[in-house]
Amino acid sequence: MSEYIEHEKTGVSVGIVEKKSFTFAHPPKEMTLENGSTLGPVTLAYETYGELNSDRSNAVLIMHALSGDSHVAGYYGHEDAKPGWWEIMVGPDKGIDTHKYFVVCSNILGSCMGSTGPGSINPKTGEPFGLDFPVVTIGDMVAAQKALVDHLGIKRILAVVGGSIGGLQVLEWCLKYPDMVVSAIPLATTPKHSALTIAFNEVARQAIMADPNWNNGHYYNGAKPDLGLAVARMIGHITYLSDESMRHKFGRRLQDKSDFSFNFDGDFQVESYLRYQGTKFVERFDANSFLYVTKAADYFDITRQDESGSLVKAFSRAKAKFLVVSFTSDWLYPTYQSKAMVKAMKKNGLDVSFCEIKADWGHDAFLLPSERLTALMKGFLERVYNETKR
Amino acid sequence: MSTMKPSDSRIRFDLQVIASWIEPGSKVLGLGCGEGELLHFLKKNKRVTCTGIELDEDKVAKCIEKGLTVLQGDINEEVLDYPDNAFDYVILSRTLQQIYEPGELVRDMLRIGRKAVVSFPNFSHWNVRLKLLTTGRAPLTKQLPYEWYNTPNIRVISMEDFRRFSRETGFSILKEVAINTDHREKSGNVIKLFANLRATYGVFLIGKRQL
Repeated sequence: MSEYIEHEKTGVSVGIVEKKSFTFAHPPKEMTLENGSTLGPVTLAYETYGELNSDRSNAVLIMHALSGDSHVAGYYGHEDAKPGWWEIMVGPDKGIDTHKYFVVCSNILGSCMGSTGPGSINPKTGEPFGLDFPVVTIGDMVAAQKALVDHLGIKRILAVVGGSIGGLQVLEWCLKYPDMVVSAIPLATTPKHSALTIAFNEVARQAIMADPNWNNGHYYNGAKPDLGLAVARMIGHITYLSDESMRHKFGRRLQDKSDFSFNFDGDFQVESYLRYQGTKFVERFDANSFLYVTKAADYFDITRQDESGSLVKAFSRAKAKFLVVSFTSDWLYPTYQSKAMVKAMKKNGLDVSFCEIKADWGHDAFLLPSERLTALMKGFLERVYNETKR
Repeated sequence: MSTMKPSDSRIRFDLQVIASWIEPGSKVLGLGCGEGELLHFLKKNKRVTCTGIELDEDKVAKCIEKGLTVLQGDINEEVLDYPDNAFDYVILSRTLQQIYEPGELVRDMLRIGRKAVVSFPNFSHWNVRLKLLTTGRAPLTKQLPYEWYNTPNIRVISMEDFRRFSRETGFSILKEVAINTDHREKSGNVIKLFANLRATYGVFLIGKRQL
């Protein structure tokens, strides 16, 4: 996902928030991962906003996408220049209303924003894990989130919400812990990565691994594979936009010049944009985490446990009420993938609502201000919350 | 059928008629549910579990915002996904005249629903007949307000046509009501005499043919 974080026009915000952390799976009670290896201790960085009500029925768990973090909304301090990544959606009276709901978001396992990942210190060696970090899955990420939710004393989650790779986690939650999930909002997501999506991720990973500084993942004490990671991010940004949004945003306009330079410094605005996004990204993200998280997403397939590969069978375990949302110009996770899930949910008699929002901004549309999306989420959450009170 | 008491004056009269047929606590699917007027009423007043299907994004969003379960999609395709008898009632309100394959859709409705409700503007209303007779042009009325070149109504149906259709398609008519609505359409009359001539809308409760 991109970085569209801006101060909200309304100025309404959850205000000052604090990043917390939770450590569990201390040896010898380590966490067993899907690939059979064990990991522990495991730390998750997380944030919470709003108050958990007396019967603990108002928790909304938000899952972030590839490069996100636990900082969904609010500011860390008065001098903080930017709010959390979904400030437009999460806060008092917003789509996810912090007056009503207790919002929880944790940084995913394998990431680099405060949770255990390849850049963390391996307790066995005293050095950063690098590629010794086990290849984690979306299922492992969700199992770690489950430990946090247990720690917070939440037995039933009112809603699990997330877009893109966050949406994969939403689906995993519904199938792995069906009795804990009252409702789910998977946005701009898919039941399994298509060849197109895997292909983009692979090119991005190759860009990182082709950088000599990558050094098989051992770069934490020296120069980092910034160039490779920047190119990986540039590829990502292409997939988050759309033909139409690029035409609107850049067209063939030149950057700070009136004619071609006849060299390779970059002439077009779109080149300049991608370079800027790439450079900015390396300041905050770890290249190895990029490899691990994209791999986990590529492996994700909710039909994998069943030989028939049937989506209908996969969703037979789910019990949640669903709101599925896709966006017309999203070519990374196109609408047909959401519709396939919806079909499987219908065949299982699940309570499912579906809306395809017309948006020209490609995959990133789910992060951009949208009155429609806000109203949909608000109405759906209100309904499922009221239904728990009956 | 003679005394049709409007159950709630806030919804359109033809929808009040439909609502009066729905058993409390039942499962309902509304095809082409619009902004969910009927489904919202049924959910609130009859504790009905309901799902709607609607093609238009704006209308779908309005439904979800008011707390209804609604799917965006083409009703002809969406009905195919449901298992047999998934619903107690499948409702198709004022849409049959726009369906390309009405026979198939009605068969699907009675596969996924135990019963179905179908309503449509009655094309044999005296006003329609009179307009065609006197002007010699495709008739325009309050219920059929379109020109021939921009109408979404690709079929003309009368109440008598629908009864024939039931025999040929193989379903049974359990109840039928001919109604005549006023301009605001919040209230109206149930017509008993010369219904095919005087009704602006026909509303039918249909079921699978008894073997």
